[in-house]
Amino acid sequence: MASSIVTPPIVRPKSLNCPGCGAAVEIRGFAHTLNAVCPNCLSVLDATTPEFQILQRFQRKERIQPKIPLGTRAKLANIAYQVIGFQQREVQTGDDVFCWDEYLLFNPYYGFRYLTEYQGHWNVVRVLSALPLEVASGGKPAVEFQGRRYRHFDSLQARTNYILGEFPWQIRVGDSVDDRDFVSPPYMLSAESTAGEITWSLAEYTPGKQIWTAFQLPGSPPATSGVFANQPSPYEGKPGSAWRTWLWLTVALVAIALLFSVSSSNREVFQNTYLFTPGLKTDAAFVTPAFELTGRTSNVEIAVRTDLNNNWAYFNFALINEDTGQDFDFGREVSYYRDGDGSEGSPHDSVIVPRVPAGKYYLRVEPEMESRMLQSMSYQLTVRRDVPTHTFFWIAGILLLIPPIFISVRAAGFEAARWRESDYAPAPSSGGGGDDD
Amino acid sequence: MSAPAANCPNCGAPVTFRWSSAVQTTCEFCHSILVRTDMNLEKVGEVSDLPPDASPIQIGTEGIYQNKAFVVIGRIIYEYEQGYWNEWHLVYNDSTNGWLSDAQLEYDLSWQTQPPAHLPASDEIKWGTPFQSNSKSYLTTSLTKAHYKGVQGELPFQYWNKSDLLFADLRTPTGDFATIDYSEDPPLLFEGRAVEFDDLHFKNLRLFEGWS
Repeated sequence: MASSIVTPPIVRPKSLNCPGCGAAVEIRGFAHTLNAVCPNCLSVLDATTPEFQILQRFQRKERIQPKIPLGTRAKLANIAYQVIGFQQREVQTGDDVFCWDEYLLFNPYYGFRYLTEYQGHWNVVRVLSALPLEVASGGKPAVEFQGRRYRHFDSLQARTNYILGEFPWQIRVGDSVDDRDFVSPPYMLSAESTAGEITWSLAEYTPGKQIWTAFQLPGSPPATSGVFANQPSPYEGKPGSAWRTWLWLTVALVAIALLFSVSSSNREVFQNTYLFTPGLKTDAAFVTPAFELTGRTSNVEIAVRTDLNNNWAYFNFALINEDTGQDFDFGREVSYYRDGDGSEGSPHDSVIVPRVPAGKYYLRVEPEMESRMLQSMSYQLTVRRDVPTHTFFWIAGILLLIPPIFISVRAAGFEAARWRESDYAPAPSSGGGGDDD
Repeated sequence: MSAPAANCPNCGAPVTFRWSSAVQTTCEFCHSILVRTDMNLEKVGEVSDLPPDASPIQIGTEGIYQNKAFVVIGRIIYEYEQGYWNEWHLVYNDSTNGWLSDAQLEYDLSWQTQPPAHLPASDEIKWGTPFQSNSKSYLTTSLTKAHYKGVQGELPFQYWNKSDLLFADLRTPTGDFATIDYSEDPPLLFEGRAVEFDDLHFKNLRLFEGWS
């Protein structure tokens, strides 16, 4: 006679036979198991009575093979768990039905955990014994838990459509619960309500590879598709750090530009004033006296200041090295028009010739104007050596903007993909619509 | 800690008390429920077979919670519509007592506390009813009708009532836990915390085949 008060030293799992088909039904959850499913005839059995009474029979044309077989063990956070139950649940939104898998994990000391999988996205889930605090965040529902704020993601009705193994609660195919999900990647809080009571659980997004390693499963985990509600963004925190990097680089760039300005010698090497009257000579070209360009190979600025008014002029320039004959040819149009409404153009212009080696140079100048105007122009030519220029820095500044903008756009795209699956998705512009990846 | 042994008035087996304040115990041999009167033990009933149970805790399990050692000396098994749960009766090394609830391996520690002036009445309390006690703001998270399915070992009161009783569980966002037990009038209040298995540093647990 077994004593019910003196506890037997070792608790042994039991195995029973299905009253429907006679197949062996293994019970791994000891006396916690209330319902078990016959793996052969898919009868839901009452595991608490010796008769193993049939509670429900469900038939499916297609048998579902859980990706992690019942009985498989794994270590999660250094605690061993065994898969003892499996259910597939579905949610219907419009004409679409989405299915996901839930595995029930058991340890006789640490209790129950859950593992969920949807399109290659895995979550390790535990029931909470603390109560998340419901708050409203800008009119949208949210909850706070352990210092994190979780944003409402969706509310749905989950229906059990397939079960295998055993459960410490009453379960039938067709059961449904109302579920609300709140996300703060990599975590998700879910509130399942049945009969007026709410059970909160906390899910942590876990890469499939980690699950495969923990359960020592052969092959590789199924590929993921789309972005899952609490999937951590690969861009998490990156836009912020990219913009911080951008700020520092820009500060450095400005500092270098200032240093360049200060270190430029910016020497005036030639200046003279000329008068030009069009149509006076057929060949208006002349050369300036030679001037010395010294120092490192650097730029040369040729500035023209004219007294043009409602007129234009064109200058052909050549900067010619007296010793080598090397020349730099360029042209400049100066035009300045004004009336009562305002003005257009400028009577002054300048051009920078980059990388001019040191040496003795002179300028060849050929001004042109419309000859019938018979209006002369006075102009001053100034040649400066090694002037500070900022073009490079402007280009560098624009190039520096590319990475943070790129990362910000990608990060926003990832979040948009996440929230497209939520109750807060923008209304689809076209019917249906598949995921592009 | 053990009080002097007495003998079971039903079968004569020795009965020891590990806690001097225990009011009731069960005879390990004949399963009689024994109540301590002034001088001796009186049999008030008999335990029927306990339901099959897979709690890792047993009478004699020891543990330490926040540097306070305890030993499990008694137990009440409650039955409700979705199964059973255990309330393990603990005595700490300072001779105070408390409870460890094990519901499907979710553990809560609690101690009986002095209720504030007003406890919500049994017909008042609903899911979500707030309750303030000892500067903690609880919300009611479950209401359970349950009855005693069995008792074992030493208990601080005389317990043998089979009718349905109402229990309200209350929780806070930071893991505080309370139960209002409507079996008495005025109701009893127990307060404590949700705990993890590892928080309790157990010794002398039951063993499960395949899980050594």
